[in-house]
Amino acid sequence: MSNPELRPRLRLGVVKFASCDGCQLTLLDLEDDLLAIAERVEIVEFPEATSARSAGPYDALLVEGSVSAPEHLEHLARLRRQAKILVTIGACATSGGIQALRNWADHDAFRAAIYAHPEYVHSLATATPIAQHVKVDAELRGCPIDPGQLLELVTALLTGRRPQLRDESVCMQCKRQGAVCVMVAKGIACLGQVTQAGCGALCPRYGRGCYGCFGPREQGNAAGLARFLQSAGKHPREDVGRLFAGFTAYSEPFRSVVTELGGTPGAKPRGDAASAHAPATAQEKR
Amino acid sequence: MNDAVRGETRERRIEVGQLTRVEGEGSLRLFVRDGEVVEARFGIFEAPRYFERLVVGRTPDEVIDIVARICGICPIAYQMSAVHAFEDLFGVRIDPAVRALRRLIYCGEWIESHGLHVYMLHAPDFLGYESALAMAADHRQLVEHGLQMKKAGNDIIKTLGGRAIHPVSVRVGGFYRVPRRDELAALRPALERAHEYAQDTVRWVAGLTIPAFERDMRFVSLRHPAEYPFNDGRLVSNDGVDVAPSAWDTVFEEHQVQGSNALHARSKDGRAPYLLGAPARIALCADALHPTAREALGATGMAERVKTNIFASIVARSVELVHATAEALDIIEAYRPPSEPFTPWRARPGVGAWATEAPRGLCFHRYEVDGEGRIAHCAIVPPTSQNQAAIEADLVVAGQAVLEMSHEAATRHLEHMIRSYDPCISCATHFLDLTIERA
Repeated sequence: MSNPELRPRLRLGVVKFASCDGCQLTLLDLEDDLLAIAERVEIVEFPEATSARSAGPYDALLVEGSVSAPEHLEHLARLRRQAKILVTIGACATSGGIQALRNWADHDAFRAAIYAHPEYVHSLATATPIAQHVKVDAELRGCPIDPGQLLELVTALLTGRRPQLRDESVCMQCKRQGAVCVMVAKGIACLGQVTQAGCGALCPRYGRGCYGCFGPREQGNAAGLARFLQSAGKHPREDVGRLFAGFTAYSEPFRSVVTELGGTPGAKPRGDAASAHAPATAQEKR
Repeated sequence: MNDAVRGETRERRIEVGQLTRVEGEGSLRLFVRDGEVVEARFGIFEAPRYFERLVVGRTPDEVIDIVARICGICPIAYQMSAVHAFEDLFGVRIDPAVRALRRLIYCGEWIESHGLHVYMLHAPDFLGYESALAMAADHRQLVEHGLQMKKAGNDIIKTLGGRAIHPVSVRVGGFYRVPRRDELAALRPALERAHEYAQDTVRWVAGLTIPAFERDMRFVSLRHPAEYPFNDGRLVSNDGVDVAPSAWDTVFEEHQVQGSNALHARSKDGRAPYLLGAPARIALCADALHPTAREALGATGMAERVKTNIFASIVARSVELVHATAEALDIIEAYRPPSEPFTPWRARPGVGAWATEAPRGLCFHRYEVDGEGRIAHCAIVPPTSQNQAAIEADLVVAGQAVLEMSHEAATRHLEHMIRSYDPCISCATHFLDLTIERA
């Protein structure tokens, strides 16, 4: 067995693109473990937490945020070249985040709605997940990521194995915890059946429907759930559309459901007739 | 530093490309002409996310979930300003126990955010470390206490809202779920420790070497006759402003500054830039602090200095840690669950607006709601875009002192100063953008 004292510490970077900083903050929120982690990991780049900087190379790089501005493209490509392992953390990085709702909208109208001089705003027409631009080695879902999953990831990086994350739906976690099903008991629309677990079935346990912040499960039948919610008669098409148009809307198959149900609510000014149209992709509108 | 001779005037630019230990991505530029600092720009290069447009067409309860995502450090501030704006418009009367829980969850956010700022972002400047993690090598117990305090704040948010970041329980009229008494009681031991650590923190930061800086400030915050301000009170200043929290836009406005396309907030009557956050609240509401916090502030002998020296804001934040831990314990002690977690409500069309006290200062929201109960228009003014004019004005003054320093020392000093305002750049970004070159 090699002596861990003699092994060089893992060089970790934590960087961000367009985001709220909440997922990288989750690392600082591991209050009981942070100092122990910092002894085993050399945090060489983490602008939110340290003034020490490194442009690479990194043994592992945690990437938060979505690609949303022109300069992000080149920056991300450079980071990828410096990172042995690149892990996306959170809904913005894995799915585009809430800001990806603009992918269904007219970007110029969005800019003009907020900025007096929209022409000066450096912003891409789309907000897109990291994996659309570079190879990603692993991902943590969630808006925000779950602290337990982050700790598992860091442990896995330190021991050189893949992180063990449960691959199941929110619905399964919810049942296992014995929570009352909000859909059956209260008729509340819930995305738990088609959403990746990780949050501990938080929303149903708080008496509300899952809003999909950990993103779609690969095998989930989102279109089927959307049809079911409407057919039950309780949920108007528009309400179902808004439920899917959340923090991971740009991930398939949620993306197709949102498009099918008329796009995102804010895509057009209120009062305009809603028309179904597909979101722009980064390639089309760049 | 770039030196350039342009015409007769010697210009120098001091740049800090990316500020570290702040929330979000920002930069700093000083413009020097003939040995005088003529302008300072606190730039924001965080990509815009268009929140005011993203909420259009949404229901009020969806807005509460969405605006939380403006900031991972202060999601409660966004949820609170939004929920009160809607309740004011719809005429919803919340249960007193719900009101107390709203104060409690805000205490949690202040403890988490101030704990993070004091220990992880700001203290390393005073002690000469690159980070709290590096600081921990020599001051392990200090950093551990800071982390445990932060955890006690996060645990309040987790208990009330399911998770520390972007909690899921706030809704118009109250909460989706309210805690049982025993769930809150379980928070007490850690909070009691945090309260002690907070008092230690005040003593410790009061003994730090605070860089010299002196300036008369204009302060703005909420003020309430009976309580330290979180969600309620009047919007006041130390020079006579006194309006309802919904009336921010009758006194202040946003405008675009030529040569710096950031939208700044300013007084409509042209008065000087104003400062928000812990120093402003201490200046305007010290009489409403919890007795333990008032005593801690008094013992520092710095009650006046926190009003004139922004570097001393670490003392103001630490005093608020004492307050928030004490008030959280009081609320938990007195808590009786409301009969219903939320009051039913009906949307009505019109304009709803409110401001609450984010850890880093007043956060104003304004929503136009249409006849179907959906958002037709939204404007959000986060604290950092309001503080920006004051930050830049102060940097012009402080910048003069760094001209003789080495680039490294100048950078360290100015970064230290900017961190003293606890800027939250992700918050401000949906308004602010990178510098436009001057014409």
